[in-house]
Amino acid sequence: MDYTIILQAGIASGTVLLFATIGELFAERSGVLNLGVEGMMLIGAMSAFSTTIATGNPWLGVLVAMIFAGLISQIHAFIVITLQADQVVSGLALTFLGAGISLVLGEGLSKAGTVSLLPNFSIPLLTLIPIIGKIFFTNQSVLVYVGYLLVPLSWYYINRTRPGLHLRAVGEYPSAADALGINVFRMRYFYVFVGGMMAGLAGATISLAVSPGWFSELTTGGQGWIAIGLVIFAQWDPFRAAIGAYAFGALRRLILDIQGPLVLFGFANPFYYNPYLGFFLQMLPYLFTVVVLVIGSREALRKRIGAPAALGNPYVRGERGL
Amino acid sequence: MINQTSSMPSSPPQAPLVVEMRGIVKRFPGVLANDHVDFELLHGEIHGLLGENGAGKSTLMNVLAGLYRQEAGTILVKGEPKAFSSPRDAIKAGIGMVHQHFMLVPSQTVTENILLGLDDPRFIMRLPDYNTKIAELGERFGLKVDPRAKIWQLSVGEQQRVEILKMLYRGVDVLIMDEPTAVLAPQEIEGLFVTLRAMIAQGKSVIFISHKLQEVSVIADRVSVLRRGIATASGVPSKGVSRQELARLMVGRDVIFALDKKPGRPQDVVLEVTDVHAESDKGLPALRGISLNVRAGEIVGVAGVAGNGQSELSQVISGMRRCAQGQVLLNGDKISNRNTLFGIQHGMAYVPEDRTHVGSAPNLSVTDNVIMKNFRKPPISKNGLLDMKAATKHANELKLAYDIIVPTVSTPVRLLSGGNLQRVILAREISGLPAFMVAVQPTRGLDVGAIEGVHRLLLAQREAGAAVLLVSEELEELLSLCDRVYVIYEGKIMGEVMIGDDEPDEGAALSLSKGLVDTIGQMMTGTPLDQIQKEGVAAHD
Repeated sequence: MDYTIILQAGIASGTVLLFATIGELFAERSGVLNLGVEGMMLIGAMSAFSTTIATGNPWLGVLVAMIFAGLISQIHAFIVITLQADQVVSGLALTFLGAGISLVLGEGLSKAGTVSLLPNFSIPLLTLIPIIGKIFFTNQSVLVYVGYLLVPLSWYYINRTRPGLHLRAVGEYPSAADALGINVFRMRYFYVFVGGMMAGLAGATISLAVSPGWFSELTTGGQGWIAIGLVIFAQWDPFRAAIGAYAFGALRRLILDIQGPLVLFGFANPFYYNPYLGFFLQMLPYLFTVVVLVIGSREALRKRIGAPAALGNPYVRGERGL
Repeated sequence: MINQTSSMPSSPPQAPLVVEMRGIVKRFPGVLANDHVDFELLHGEIHGLLGENGAGKSTLMNVLAGLYRQEAGTILVKGEPKAFSSPRDAIKAGIGMVHQHFMLVPSQTVTENILLGLDDPRFIMRLPDYNTKIAELGERFGLKVDPRAKIWQLSVGEQQRVEILKMLYRGVDVLIMDEPTAVLAPQEIEGLFVTLRAMIAQGKSVIFISHKLQEVSVIADRVSVLRRGIATASGVPSKGVSRQELARLMVGRDVIFALDKKPGRPQDVVLEVTDVHAESDKGLPALRGISLNVRAGEIVGVAGVAGNGQSELSQVISGMRRCAQGQVLLNGDKISNRNTLFGIQHGMAYVPEDRTHVGSAPNLSVTDNVIMKNFRKPPISKNGLLDMKAATKHANELKLAYDIIVPTVSTPVRLLSGGNLQRVILAREISGLPAFMVAVQPTRGLDVGAIEGVHRLLLAQREAGAAVLLVSEELEELLSLCDRVYVIYEGKIMGEVMIGDDEPDEGAALSLSKGLVDTIGQMMTGTPLDQIQKEGVAAHD
């Protein structure tokens, strides 16, 4: 086993998680928890793949995926921002809705055959860096490079720009933002939309780049949930999100690849001979997600790790609510 | 009468009007908060707006600040009629308000909070540039605060300065301060007054909302008084009116300032807190080695500016927060780091800070709320089931005994006024005949009548031989009720002062309490008592 190849594939796989995590991070920074990431990713994966098959243009596929998933996210936005319903319940419903829509519209899509994929390329010069160049900059999908740019840009946007300042204020203390003339409702709709678009992009990354094709709900295989866990692990910071996403991407690849060879480190590979061990390994990322979500739902701990203070609370503009 | 001013050379030239409010009416469900109120603000004055809690002062000013919309009446700013639909409009017209609850984002820096909602910077924030700009502005008005500091790192006094800076940065000419001294230590109040005077000197005007007569007569040039939504005085020069007169205008009757406090007879120590350390919700150290004791038959106060560990201390004592080190003994039994039930069974009563969420269950009835502690015992508990008849009877008895004004005891307590709700909580806590009671801010937000009632109940507990720990930010309240007062600062006890309970003539009492207030004030800002005493001795030498 060549570990640089595993890591190289892991980065591509982690890009999926990265997009979904950063998208959810924006929504949560504005105070809206959206558990519908998995559903929106399925919508994105399905619509990207089918658009690409129909038109032959993968770029159009990416665009349609982002818009479709973004629009679906607005259902959640309407329910939790305007109707002020429970964000957890609405987010779960969105997951089922997204899965349902994509399964119906994607019916027959799995037999559709090949599509023109998004281009892969290497970055000249950077590939020459030992190890790093091989893992990060050699023969990666264009979307992987987009991911590299997205991380510092997101950080800069959140921490060093005026709209980023407003975003943080809306998620931390919406009434203070409202008192200074910031439209809390509009901001939240917008960032839920951003989260939806990013989830759609994550889905498109799967079906057009990382493991091309449409395999119904197995296409995403629960990565939306991992992304939600990663947001908490990242403590709502894009750089930490990137570390988490790439680490998990690499882990996913490793778990797949470790079951391949007959011999591992000079011993008979137990993961090859006992498939149940492989299943156990595949479970680990989800176990992590469950643990992180449980930790993240503890109020005291959430405060400690820097969750947006207004996360999960609808904003009600009460006349006497000061 | 060609020239009025020259014919009366003794009267000062009238400053131009900045704000004129005419016939303002504002209603809330069930309350007429402002009933045709007129209000005038002159250029370059500090205008005191007096009234009890619920008199409609904040409502009137929220109308002026664009937060509420009046139902009738007009607002003129510098002679021009204005209709504000948001605080932003009001700020554009030069009117800014500093609310009692600060509108600051805790995780952001001072500069970020000030820039929030402004069009400049357009997109990229070059924070260092703005930091210097804000530091300069602060210098001009004597508002010292580090622009790079995060809000949660600042004291309440500093946060208030940030709020004022926020308004000055937006170029307001009229600053409305809503109960600004409620959260400040005496020395910080002095600093605030200096700032307000500096603002007046630079051509701004200030409206100072307060329910404290004393400070209004010190700081304000003119005073207006509201009572139950009606203006009982408008723009009276504060020099020409006595405190008694103002009090009558506020309350509508003569106010008795003295309480019937009998000499104390402290008995054995009931509550003993030893070297308690605890963390806040954020995981920061909130209590750093607190030791104190409370004896039977005395009221012991905990004074301090809000956020110095009072809440955490009361939670550790009541069993709602774990302490990392140290212990709390109640009549010799260790009650810290056990559950609240253990404390209750050993005679603990708790009147929490948050009346509506911790102290009561808002949607449950008065009956349900008063039996929350004794439902395990007969007569409420009968064969392991609730006897609702007995519960209702119990609730009705308490309703009578504690003067709870409510149509029936099945009314949900969320419909009760603050004073009534506090009586429900006190009724529940006191009827269990506690050995010890901790009361946190029991009179906050209540009107004068309700405050008197709570004070009397606390004194009755002392008479009955219970030990009472009273946490309060109102120094006057502590001085009039307590036998001893501990001062807390950043999670440490700065010192303990005795309060004499015999009141000689008024003058002597005043000078005595003046010295006490000074000492307590210094401790509230972080000077330990032994250091104050050392300096005092040095000054005498």
